[in-house]
Amino acid sequence: MSYELIGITVLWIFLYGYLIVASIDFGAGFFAYYAKITKKDHIINQLISRYLSPVWEVTNVFFVFFFVGLVGFFPDAAYYYGSALLVPGSIAIVLLAIRGSFYAFENYGSKKSNIYMFLYGATGLLIPASLSIALTLSEGGFIVETNGEVSLLFNELLTSPYSWSVVFLAIVSVLFISSTFLTFYAARANDKPALKLVKNYALFWSVPTIIASLTTFIALSQHNERHYQNMIDLWWMFGLSIGFFMIAMWLIFQGKRYGLAFISVMLQFFFAFFGYGMGHLPYLLDPFITIYENATHQSMGIALIIAFIGGLFLLIPSLLLLMKMFLFDADYVKGKK
Amino acid sequence: MEFDSVLMSRMLTAMTLGFHIIFATIGVGVPVMISIAEFIGIKKKDPHYRMLARRWTRGFVITVAVGVVTGTAIGLQLSLLWPNFMQVAGNVISLPLFLETFAFFFEAIFLGAYLYTWDRFKNPITHWLLSIPIVIGSSFSAVFITTVNAFMNTPTGFTMENGKVTSIDPIQAMLNPATPTKVFHVLSSSYLTSAAVLAAITAFIILRKKSSAYYKKALKLTVTATFLFAVLTAIAGDASAKFLAEHQPEKLAVAEWHFETEKSADLILFGYLNDENDVINGIHLPGVLSFLANGDFNSEVTGLDQFPEDEVAPYWVHYMFDLMVMLGMFALAVSLIYLIFTKVKKWNEHAKWLLILLIANGPLAMLALEFGWIYAEVGRQPWILRGYMKVEHAATTSPHVDIMFFLFLALYILLGVLCVVVLRKMFRNNPVEQELEERYPGIEGDDQ
Repeated sequence: MSYELIGITVLWIFLYGYLIVASIDFGAGFFAYYAKITKKDHIINQLISRYLSPVWEVTNVFFVFFFVGLVGFFPDAAYYYGSALLVPGSIAIVLLAIRGSFYAFENYGSKKSNIYMFLYGATGLLIPASLSIALTLSEGGFIVETNGEVSLLFNELLTSPYSWSVVFLAIVSVLFISSTFLTFYAARANDKPALKLVKNYALFWSVPTIIASLTTFIALSQHNERHYQNMIDLWWMFGLSIGFFMIAMWLIFQGKRYGLAFISVMLQFFFAFFGYGMGHLPYLLDPFITIYENATHQSMGIALIIAFIGGLFLLIPSLLLLMKMFLFDADYVKGKK
Repeated sequence: MEFDSVLMSRMLTAMTLGFHIIFATIGVGVPVMISIAEFIGIKKKDPHYRMLARRWTRGFVITVAVGVVTGTAIGLQLSLLWPNFMQVAGNVISLPLFLETFAFFFEAIFLGAYLYTWDRFKNPITHWLLSIPIVIGSSFSAVFITTVNAFMNTPTGFTMENGKVTSIDPIQAMLNPATPTKVFHVLSSSYLTSAAVLAAITAFIILRKKSSAYYKKALKLTVTATFLFAVLTAIAGDASAKFLAEHQPEKLAVAEWHFETEKSADLILFGYLNDENDVINGIHLPGVLSFLANGDFNSEVTGLDQFPEDEVAPYWVHYMFDLMVMLGMFALAVSLIYLIFTKVKKWNEHAKWLLILLIANGPLAMLALEFGWIYAEVGRQPWILRGYMKVEHAATTSPHVDIMFFLFLALYILLGVLCVVVLRKMFRNNPVEQELEERYPGIEGDDQ
């Protein structure tokens, strides 16, 4: 495997990691607020904050990791995306900043505040929407380069069925992933009322998730024929994705083995996300950046991969420790520690 | 139009960094203090120190949150505001940037673990051990990110052909000539500033309320740390000046208004320049600049006459340099006086005037840090990548930077105000006397 391919695979794994952990976080923020306005907050908010408090910072790192790695492996990405994304990128930063800091203000600070809660919940849905714009742009047709100046075609973006279907998919996926995780976590905590509530959320959000996946697929066929054809060739990956979705739904519906159900949801998104990503190659930004022509120099690419492997030796045990302490420690989850 | 984008990009970057480094500094230095306090508490079996660690940590989390989000902001802004720079430099500096996120990752994982396991382990040392990775993670992220900044000052480890970067040596780029002194100076001054801020808070409480054993111990610990870190910072500053004299003479010369290359050069404190670039009302210390630059009062120091006029930074950085040095000396002096007073029985180390000086030292140390960074950054003008790329060629061409500037200004005002409000509330609603009584009943009485 060439170092460019290893590079993009590593980055894609991290983006996938972010997709899962951030979805849990963003969705949880929304559910926490929703439960509050429907007066069910006493049922699940304790559960949500017990999970989120030790891990929110880790979630943020996944994201930083991805974009730093992207710029490192493919410096031209900084030029094109950086030039085009000033406005939407800045808005996403502001939303992330408000969300991250307000979380800390609310949870570690003194009094619970309704405004913090609302902003926390609302940004939880706006951030995935704004971040998904970067994925939309990568399909090409929204960024132009004239006389050495890169700019974003706002009107094209706002009127494209594809960009809207991606936004819709991002939001419903967040709610679906988050609710299936919370179902698992509530079962783990043996918290029956919370389990009943989040289980219903999971069943409810599964429907729009599948619909949005299909519409995005169709919209993509209209927008980028090449990418669509590549994805058709990788049909088995999407087949596996749907298969795992069905396993997850069956388990949740039956009300048993929620851990396995959540793993199935992770695999569902894993195959869909990697099928999408593989179909996208060799372009990172159609037609400006490909992984082969715009990668960093070999010496740096190899240094980054070595750093990455070294880093993993440090991170994986630490992450396992964190999970052992807060995710799989039954007493902690139940609120006894 | 183009010029506006450059200016606004510079202002936005300066604002984000200026705001971020307050929290980044606390993020690097405070974990060290927390770890020391908890360790002393466990070793001496003194609950006061462990309470100190606990309360510092609680406040620390709030500042970390702001540090994380503003750090994310500057991370993205590098590409959003300086796409041309990142396209070139990204090739060479991505390794330390990448490593920095690893260090950050490491810290983030263990911070969560540390926060939620205070009473979870039978042996308290187990909990203290969790603070070590936090210290390592936060200090190493400072180290890695500082190497990136050092690279911008003394770029090495690559060759440039027709505007394209070729043959890269990532390790050499990271360990460039500016790295050792910069890393040393950044770490020592971060520790110094954090200790000084914690000392200032403690001194403030002692001055306002009746003092207690808890606060006295806190003050002694923080001021002692301030003194030790101030000594280290002074050594680091001296090493930095010698580095500048050798590798970036124009930066040292502009800080000292040293216009002509000469032997036995004067160090100039303050003053101002007239239209002919003569220094008016400055305090001249004969030969001291030569000593600072080369360790020899008679050595030759390169002046600004050796550089083209359009490659010299604005002269006002002189004041930044002077203020940084003065405030560093102030921190050293105040903490030394306090320590002498604790040793001499008949002198009261909690005298009102000394407490006031210690209170002032907190914000002043933070200001010194800001001045130091402004000097380091503006002193490199007009280069973004010294000798390779000028700032005006690096900025984005987007016309919307001005609106973004105000968007971020509003964000930082909001975050700054809320951070202070939340911290005040947090400590006011939960006074230490009450918390000590709850956790260790009867402690205040038998400790006196």
